[in-house]
Amino acid sequence: MNTHRLWISFYTMLRKDVVRMFRIWVQTFLPSVITSSLYFLVFGTVLGSRIGEMQGVDYMTFVVPGLVMLAIVTTSYANTSFTFFSSKFFARNIEEILVSPTPPWLMIAGFVAGGVVRGVITGALVLLVSLFFTGLSLSIHSLFIILGFAILTCLVFALAGLVNGIYAKTIDGINIVPTFVLTPLVYLGGIFYSVESLPSWWQAITFSNPLFYLINGFRYGFLGFSDVSLSLALTILMAMVAALIAINWYLIRTGLGLKQ
Amino acid sequence: MSSPALKITDLKKRYNNGTEALKGVSLTVPAGDFFALLGPNGAGKTTIIGISTGLVNKTEGSVEVFGHDIDKEPELAKAQIGLVGQEINFNPFEKPIDIVINQGGYYGIPREEAIPRAEQLLKDLGLGEKMNVRGMELSGGMKRRLMIARALIHKPRFLVLDEPTAGVDVELRRGMWEYLKKLTSEGLTILLTTHYLEEAEQLAKHVAIINKGQIVANGTMNEILALHKDSNENNGFRGGKLEEVFIQLTSEN
Repeated sequence: MNTHRLWISFYTMLRKDVVRMFRIWVQTFLPSVITSSLYFLVFGTVLGSRIGEMQGVDYMTFVVPGLVMLAIVTTSYANTSFTFFSSKFFARNIEEILVSPTPPWLMIAGFVAGGVVRGVITGALVLLVSLFFTGLSLSIHSLFIILGFAILTCLVFALAGLVNGIYAKTIDGINIVPTFVLTPLVYLGGIFYSVESLPSWWQAITFSNPLFYLINGFRYGFLGFSDVSLSLALTILMAMVAALIAINWYLIRTGLGLKQ
Repeated sequence: MSSPALKITDLKKRYNNGTEALKGVSLTVPAGDFFALLGPNGAGKTTIIGISTGLVNKTEGSVEVFGHDIDKEPELAKAQIGLVGQEINFNPFEKPIDIVINQGGYYGIPREEAIPRAEQLLKDLGLGEKMNVRGMELSGGMKRRLMIARALIHKPRFLVLDEPTAGVDVELRRGMWEYLKKLTSEGLTILLTTHYLEEAEQLAKHVAIINKGQIVANGTMNEILALHKDSNENNGFRGGKLEEVFIQLTSEN
């Protein structure tokens, strides 16, 4: 396929997914907005007023980047894992792409792009909601870093979700990872607290959590400070992207979890 | 001389559960042919089709589609084929028109080109009135015809039909065959698997019969029918000539 045809194939996959997510927006966008609103209400407004400040800023301001990141991580992951799994397992329409000349790398790009779009839109919606709770005041240190980390994080978790979607053999297979791996990593990754407030043994564990670096890098974009260096966070993010692309490519190329 | 539409050499397939589905199948489907691949359930027909279209991994052997090896030039090989699978495999929440247009997109056909082509195909296959309803609202026969329209959107040179008339009533089946015969007269090669042997007898120029992963007969329709032996061991039931040959070649004894 020449470049123009490759682009059309990519656009078709992305368009189809975006049309789907907007058609069922109550399922794709609304849950994260409602969940985040509850977090803002409980942790920000109710408990936050008792906590006071975290790293020199009021608690609500501290918690906003983490909650936006939580929405980004969960929705970009869920989008690719569920979309791929359902097209493989329920309707079996993944065969429409498998029989076509669309190469494996483009198939990955098409599905992942859908996850990135949903993650970015959901993140933006949660950020908008946060304005209501912060009295329309939002600290932005670097829009470039915010967007960069948001898109790279969407990429990482859309890729991770795709691995899960390809490999899962039952519907439980796509629920286990988010419930037992992703959620604990996100919650223990410093959304609600600074690593400075933890005992040293817990700090050591936190430093081995990749989500901690993403959340802190993203928070740096808003507040201008972070528990970790920006370059380290970015390096970890890039390494995760590279590793997950390689895993996805191998799985689709060999047909593991896809073909008999 | 042009390359055959499909050239399969010593194809073997062993599934992970140990089942040996293909035991060294060799087969050639000439370009422009209407070729029937017949066999009882579990004989290996769908495995051959799955491997040829990129849905199943082979264990050994080679497959070429119009001269393009499926391992060395998978994209070129796939671009030549349109597949109508045995199972309904489209998203039931999507509209037929979108299903067909999107399929064109996966082959790199721009929407402005795919839209009129998809509309025409759906009309030709009697789905003009149904192109904007959800796929789940179609009857069984309509779903089959939608899958044919989807398989033809990129104008393939080689159409693979894996039991396309299962569950389709007689009148619709006839309409479907008339349409496909017209396409073969325009140069399209068709590989058909079916359990309706009387249809295969009327439509196909060449036939291969597969049993337990091995080709047991392969030739022109006349050559295969010539294998027919008159027998009284049929308890009084008699089918068409091809059916009789099929039973002779695939029965246990």
